[in-house]
Amino acid sequence: MRVKSFSGGVHPREFKYLTSKKPIEKIPTPKIVIIPLSQHTGAPAKPIVKPKDKVKIGTKIGEPQGHISAGVHSTISGTVRSIEPWTHPAGPTVLSVIIESDGADEWKRLIKPDYESRSSTMGVDESLTPFQIIDIVKRAGIVGLGGAAFPTHVKLSPPKNKSIDTIILNGSECEPYLTADHRLMLEKPYEILEGGKLIARALCAGGTSTSGGNAKKKYIAIEENKPDVIKKFKKLAPEFRFELCIMRTKYPQGSEKQLIKVITNKEVPSGGLPFDVGVCVQNVGTSFAIYEACKLGKPLIERVVTVTGNVKEPKNLLVRIGTLFKDLIEFCSGYDGEPGKIIMGGPMMGIAQSSDEVPVVKATSGILVQKVNKLSLPEDIPCIRCGSCVKACPMGLLPSKIKDYVKASKFEEAKVIGILDCIECGSCAWACPSKINLIHYFKYGKLMLQKTS
Amino acid sequence: MKLTISVSPHIRRDISVKRIMYTVSLALIPALGGAIYFFGLRALYLTLISCASAILAEAFAQRIMKRKITIFDGSALLTGILLAFNLPVGSPFWIPVVGSAFAILVAKQAFGGLGYNFINPALAGRAFLMASWPTIMTAKWSAPVLPLGATQSGISAITNATPLGVIDLYANNSIAISQLASNNTLTKLFFGSVGGCLGETSVLLLLIGGIFLIAIKYIDWRIPFSYIGTVGILMQILYKFGITPADGIFHILAGGLFLGAIFMATDYVTSPITHKGRWIFGAGCGIITIVIRIWGGYPEGVCYAILLMNCLTPLIDKVVKPKKLGEKK
Repeated sequence: MRVKSFSGGVHPREFKYLTSKKPIEKIPTPKIVIIPLSQHTGAPAKPIVKPKDKVKIGTKIGEPQGHISAGVHSTISGTVRSIEPWTHPAGPTVLSVIIESDGADEWKRLIKPDYESRSSTMGVDESLTPFQIIDIVKRAGIVGLGGAAFPTHVKLSPPKNKSIDTIILNGSECEPYLTADHRLMLEKPYEILEGGKLIARALCAGGTSTSGGNAKKKYIAIEENKPDVIKKFKKLAPEFRFELCIMRTKYPQGSEKQLIKVITNKEVPSGGLPFDVGVCVQNVGTSFAIYEACKLGKPLIERVVTVTGNVKEPKNLLVRIGTLFKDLIEFCSGYDGEPGKIIMGGPMMGIAQSSDEVPVVKATSGILVQKVNKLSLPEDIPCIRCGSCVKACPMGLLPSKIKDYVKASKFEEAKVIGILDCIECGSCAWACPSKINLIHYFKYGKLMLQKTS
Repeated sequence: MKLTISVSPHIRRDISVKRIMYTVSLALIPALGGAIYFFGLRALYLTLISCASAILAEAFAQRIMKRKITIFDGSALLTGILLAFNLPVGSPFWIPVVGSAFAILVAKQAFGGLGYNFINPALAGRAFLMASWPTIMTAKWSAPVLPLGATQSGISAITNATPLGVIDLYANNSIAISQLASNNTLTKLFFGSVGGCLGETSVLLLLIGGIFLIAIKYIDWRIPFSYIGTVGILMQILYKFGITPADGIFHILAGGLFLGAIFMATDYVTSPITHKGRWIFGAGCGIITIVIRIWGGYPEGVCYAILLMNCLTPLIDKVVKPKKLGEKK
């Protein structure tokens, strides 16, 4: 099979061996969870519980506001202690619901679980209509689990004039260190592909009639560095009418626009979205969550998180959303050395945390700990115009030039040469021999453009 | 627990400007060895003096301009080596001192230091010396002390000139030209036992360094490839039309083309940042070199070709852009 790749990109050391052989472990139900009401792109959810309310696993506690928003559910059974602002791992404080466990682990499901009637089969009830699937996904509060946390029901309901003919399940997992998707694909391949089928079925209607049953192509994309997963899917994918695409191990192979270009040779237009070229990309974790919602009536209350780097025992954990980072690190036998940085996500795009008392959210794919003496905080020196960043940029931009414009506060000029196309993957900054914090300039430039527009 | 917060990425490639500069300097060691072998220990002395002056000039400039002292980042060292490589072995010892000082003080630090200079400092230094002391820079050619070929007839009388000087001066002397065009001469040009500047004569030794740098991706092959290719192909065509007395092979092996194409045209700061831009840059250098060699006042044109293209680099970078993913065609 031909191995596929895109132009640009970089090859950081992976360190996936730390956790790639470790089966997903379920962390014990935490005594307390802190559930932020904004864990997705779009408007924050509105709290619909009050302190002292009894909740079960799956009780909706936050109501989505508007179309691009997602519901939030309790992830343990117990009592609401308070609703207060709490530090969010992706930014400033966010109104969060704090729930104390009663230890009972009682459930409130979205739908009657399918397995009670059809326990012997993996398959999902074939009678679910596209509309029903999208409704369940929406009620389950599912968002993209690859990191961007875009509400999935929105992705499954493209505008009436766009028709989706290609579905890509994204199992690239190109960020170094992370193995959550790797392990999930290895341990739950059927479920992921069943979820893929549900996505295809949902998009058959897409909530509208015009995009009618024409998802002609279904792909699952996996990077070369996961031979065990590839072996599994080589056999399994055809059974589900999915085509396996083996991708070269290169960062950022799993980025949506790069993936679409590689697999379909289509380019998402600048400023556009995948549905503009008739493609829908879903992370394998999201696919699994869709399966669980439609089959078991489970809202999105837990996810797989890779806890790795300088912790004593790096692990892949199945974690309830709202569990504090420090609980996960404790479960991995604590820090190895004095922690200098705690990063949510991978080392290329992850967000450095100010504390380990922040909760796991829907977008937490990993927690990477770097110890103090292993921090990479080089001092930057002037650009020597070596072109490493240009070569590394997967979007075909001129990072050093954009940086120059931003530095000179020429934001409009930066816009003209494509600052808004930047996906902030970090390849340029990684490659830069002058150690310039390019991403800082791009984030700042985008912010300033947003402010002035 | 004291946590650091910084923008992503949280890992960096194991590379630095310092390492690049020292590695490029290292890649020039074979050619330096060749210079010592062909021209004697004086070649080494000139190089050491040149490097020391470049580093001292950098320290001086950074001191008086109150900049951070970065004399050990390897860039001044590299400028020193390259300047020395552009001198004839007979130069007096003050020549590299003046040349390096000009290169560092005027061409580099006056424009803001590393990364801000618009022309290659070493070449600017050489151009300055050429303009100020043309007799020293061209008349002090020395024959290699250990010629490889045994035959000394024919061109032996003009052996103190460079091969390019010969075709420039003796274009109508068929005996001299036929001697030059012989295979023997091409072999000598390839190995380096000919007259010329210190570091430019041995194509073989320069290639060793160049291939090493290309293999580890420190320099982009596009510039030397397009530069040397342009000179070779166009010179061959001009030779067929009788415009130049020597063929394409002679023209790429003679003079400072390999030194310039591999080590000076590829200077990051003064060459374009895009692949396409680098193709244009290399080809442009080639064309200007040809024009100077054939129609210009100097027998050799590499230095000025690169300097002129350095000046065009900002323009090339303004016009040539890579294709953005998702850009409307």
